[in-house]
Formats: sequence, C-alpha cells, structure tokens
Amino acid sequence: MPKITVDKNKCKGCLLCISVCPKGLIVVDKELNSLGANPVKFKTGGECIGCAFCALICPDCCIEVYK
Amino acid sequence: MRQKSIKKILISGNEAIAEGAIRAGCTFYAGYPITPQNELIGYMAEHMQDRGGVFIQAESEVAAINMVYGAAATGVRAMTSSSSPGVSLKQEGISYIAGAELPVVIVNIMRGGPGLGNIWPGQSDYFQATRGGGHGDYRCIVLAPANVQECYDMMILAFNLADQYRNPVLILGDAMLGQMMEPLNTSTKFVIKNVDKSWALTGCKDRKPNIVKSFYMVKGDLEKFNLKLQKKYEALQAKEERWEEFLVKDAKLVLVAYGSMARIAKAAVKTLRLKGKKVGLIRPITLWPFPKQAFKKPKDKYLVVEMSYGQLIEDVKLSLSVNAQVGFIGRAGGGFPSEEEIIVKANKLYNG
Amino acid sequence: MDKIYTHPRALRKTVTHYCPGCGHGILHRIIAEVVDELAIREKVIGIAPVGCAVIAYDYWDFDCSEAAHGRALAVATAIKRVRKENIVFTYQGDGDLAAIGTNETIHAANRGENLTVIFINNAIYGMTGGQMAPTTLLNQKTATTPKGRNAQLQGYPLKISEMLALLPGVKYIERTSLHSPQEIIKTKKAIKQAFLNQVENIGFSLVEVLSPCPTYWGISPSQSLNWIRDTMVKEFPLGRIK
Repeated sequence: MPKITVDKNKCKGCLLCISVCPKGLIVVDKELNSLGANPVKFKTGGECIGCAFCALICPDCCIEVYK
Repeated sequence: MRQKSIKKILISGNEAIAEGAIRAGCTFYAGYPITPQNELIGYMAEHMQDRGGVFIQAESEVAAINMVYGAAATGVRAMTSSSSPGVSLKQEGISYIAGAELPVVIVNIMRGGPGLGNIWPGQSDYFQATRGGGHGDYRCIVLAPANVQECYDMMILAFNLADQYRNPVLILGDAMLGQMMEPLNTSTKFVIKNVDKSWALTGCKDRKPNIVKSFYMVKGDLEKFNLKLQKKYEALQAKEERWEEFLVKDAKLVLVAYGSMARIAKAAVKTLRLKGKKVGLIRPITLWPFPKQAFKKPKDKYLVVEMSYGQLIEDVKLSLSVNAQVGFIGRAGGGFPSEEEIIVKANKLYNG
Repeated sequence: MDKIYTHPRALRKTVTHYCPGCGHGILHRIIAEVVDELAIREKVIGIAPVGCAVIAYDYWDFDCSEAAHGRALAVATAIKRVRKENIVFTYQGDGDLAAIGTNETIHAANRGENLTVIFINNAIYGMTGGQMAPTTLLNQKTATTPKGRNAQLQGYPLKISEMLALLPGVKYIERTSLHSPQEIIKTKKAIKQAFLNQVENIGFSLVEVLSPCPTYWGISPSQSLNWIRDTMVKEFPLGRIK
C-alpha cells in the first residue's frame, strides 16, 4: 500500500495537502511542532493511492511519497 | 644617431580612459549616452567586441550600473561611465556594489549642476563622489586624473585597486578633461595584478555555492559587515593616499586643486614664482582616501581652488591639525577660476 | 517500496521564512526539481529579487546573486553575456518585474537575451505588508487601495506577459498557476521548457505563475487556491501566450 511521510517539524500547518487529498488520509496533529504550528499527519490504514498531490502542493517540501 | 622615437597618438581624455580600461583588462562595459562623455561609450562600442569584450548600450544609467554589478559578480573586470546627472542615477547601484564588495570601475566626467545643469566642466560632484553618494556607510576609491596621459595610465591602477580591495573605484574627471585632446604615449606597461576571486559566480562545480549579496537580516550581522568595511577603509586611508606636490617645500602659500583645475592652478603658481612669490601646489590624486599626509607639516596659508562652491576645502580643513589660514576661490555652473583670478586671490592671501 | 516523491537536491533542507500556504515555497521546489532533472545545478546562476523571495538564495543550493529592486534582468543580462556556458535565470515578483523593474524587463526581453525568467504574480506586495501591485485586480482591497482598486485612480491590472509577447526578441511566454496539483504539474512543465530554451540557445523565455498569498489576501490557504481558480484566472488567463 502506498504511503506518505511528513517531516512534522517543517510543516507550517497550511493544510493545503488536506484540501487536495482525494482519500482524506491527512489530518491535523493536535500536538504542536517546533515551529509552534499544528502539523499534519498521515492516517494509516486508509487507501492511499500514491497520487502525490499532497507533496506537489506542499509549499514547505515536508512530504515524501512511497509506492 | 637616430633617437629612439616614442609613438604618441592624439586622443581625447574620454578615449584615453576607454583605451586605458581595455588595456587594463576590462572585458565588460555597459553605458548610456550622456554629454560630455559620449566619446567614451563610442570608443567602447567600436573596440570592445573586437578585442574580446562585451559592450552593451543599456536602456538607462540604472540598468548600466546593474549590468556592471552582474558582470563583476562573475569575476570579470567591468566598467561603466557617465556624467553628473547619469551618475546620480547610478547611486543606487554603486551602494549595492559597495555592499556586495564587487570590484567595479565607474567614470564620472562631471558637468555643471544641479539638475540637468549644462554640459560644461564642473567639479560639483565632489561630495557625492567622496562621501559615498548612495545610501549606507560606504566609500568609493576616487581617482582624479589631470591630463590625458593620466586618464590612460590611471585605469590600470583603478582596476587593480578595485580587485585588491573589492571596492568600487570612481574616476572623477570633468568636461574639460574628457573633451580635450593631447598626445598620449601608450607604451606604458600595464601590469594586471591577478587576485583570488573564488567568491565569483561561475556555477558551483566542485565547490559550495557562492552568493553575491548585500542583505543581512540576522541581528548583528549587518553591524559586523559594516565594521569589516570600516577596516577596509582604514587600510585604504593608510596605504593608498596619492597626491602630487609642486614647489611646496619652501612655499608660504600652497594652492590646493585637483583634476583640470589643478592645471590652471599650476600655471598660476609658475607665474607667481616668476614674481618671486614662494607659492606651491598640492594636487590630490586620490580624492578618497584624501591625501591627509600631504598636510602633515602645515604651511602658513592655503588657497583651495575649485570648480565648485566649497567642497574640496572641507577635506583640506579636516586634514590640517593646526589653524592655518585657508582661503578659497571657486566657480561652478560652467565657470572656472582663471589663472588671473587665482593670482589676484593668491596675492591678497600671500601679502595679507 | 520506492520513494516516488522526495526533496530535490537543489533545494536546501531548511525551513523557509514564508507564511503558511505561500506559493513561493512550491515554486522554489519546482525550480529545484527542474534544475535537478536537467542536471544543471553546477552551472546554474539564479538572480533573487527584492520582495518576499529576497533570500531565495538561502533555499536554493546553487550560485545566486541578489539584485537591487527591479534590476534582476540587468544583472542577469551581464552574467549571461560574459558567461554563456552558465544557465542564468531570474526569479521576480510582480512589483520587481512589472513595476519598479519594468524598464529592465522590457529591454532585456527586447534585446532577446537568452535568459529564463520566472515571474510570480500574486497580485499584491507581500514583503511590505499587502500594498497594491501592478497586477492587483480591480476592486481588490489592499493596504494602499483600502476601498478596492479603482481603475480611474489606479489604472488596470498590468498584463506584462501579453505586452512582452509583442516583442520579436521574446521566444516563449506561458502563464500557469499553482492552484491545484494538476496546475502545478503544468507549471513545472512550462518552467522546464523555459530552462530548456536557454540550454538550446532559443532565447528569452518567461513563465508567469499565479501564486497564492493567503496572508495579504486575508483568506485561508485553501480559499486562496479557490480565489485564483475562480477570480484571478479571469483577469490573467492561463496557457501559452507566445
């Protein structure tokens, strides 16, 4: 199953990845990161298709995609 | 026996500067036409490309100075030229060049000001040249040639100093010097001092990326950088002061003038000497760093002669440790003190 | 499992100073990806503007120069003329390229300099606090058009790409957007083309990229993407201009 990883301490919490994920597999992490933002995290167990939309739209280059 | 002949060519100051620059290794020139320095850009247009360089007629003086910034950032010897109103436009770029520590040569063939002024000779850009001109605490090295031969010979010094100190160098001439034609001996050997330019932008092959910039946002960094500049300026002041002395040793009155004004002042000194007056001349060659050492053993009296209204005189007064008598004669806006006017003023001061 | 999307080599692994949801980060990454794919990192020279992207050189991992506000194309012109073997590009915002630097832009284009220009149009001045840009839309509120841009007082959004397309020296102009993953893919393709044109000595190439500024548009990052899609592209239509 494809998956993504998020570099949580680079994420500024703009949530653009959430707005483009076709499977709704990215959610807000309630824990603040070192930037003082609520970063996003990958919800495991879902049907990730490895489309990389999240990585494409991420302004902070914090997402890597595996397939 | 036949004497060995020295080949001389008849050439204008503007053209001598251009030829001197090319022989000093200048391979990039960008400029915008403005009188009275058009012979310079014309000469560059005619010769630069054929001799392996790049010539660009820029869309403005602003673009020209920024082109020179770009060329210098790659490590080549680069020059632009203009006249007073055009040099005002270049000030933004000169400040960035000083801030990025780029070696660039800028020529100002001064005309009358302020504003559009006129196209006759003037020296009214002295403050602009020697105090920085643009924003920020920086200095340009300022060289003032007084004849066509010097226009040519000074170019190798200008480029070598620019490279050595990573600092803009300004050649400050005026319409009289730029336009006048004199015989020029081009046999002087120009020694190009090659310095390390590992900071230049050439592509980051086999090294870490280079960045050319003047922006320091981290607190304290800009202050540190400014202190570094100040150290450089101190070194320049200590090592690079240049001036000419003419009959100063026994003089009671010393005239002070630079550039073409110094030639008229020198004529006045000669005439006064014929009448038994102990008069001499100090001609600053570097206007910045100002030749303070020339005033270390002060004379009783000085007469500052300018094609401006009291600019050079400030540096003369600042260089005098004792209270010498400093007289002034100056005209601007296209007028200049004649030999006769200088003699009248000098006599008054001498006898008074 | 293979890594199919990762950090480009030509981009440093640092946190940028950009606001959350800002398009500059996306565009920096795209440029770095193109530089990697064309294997030109060791010969590329970037010119950073004055504006929000002023320290772009802290993020790219290749040679860069700063330029005074608006003068990037004058600086780039000289660098390319003396170092033809290098790949030289400018990265400029709407104020830098289309207001204070209009003269340098038009004349570099008219001379047909073999350069690549990446032009970020977000219809606002971000660095100085959200003032009107030459590309600000009519009725758009900014710090200096508090009642909205009024054509009678402030003129119309400047379509500099269309203006430049008239010049014979210009070889390629395309307008793209960052408002969706699909548009980002198109943007990357256009930017790659603009770099390839320089590699192949084709000449002056410019890509105008519509980019979100959530902070000074006063809306969320995802709403910003919608605003580009629904409003901004009506004034600045996407696609190949030349």
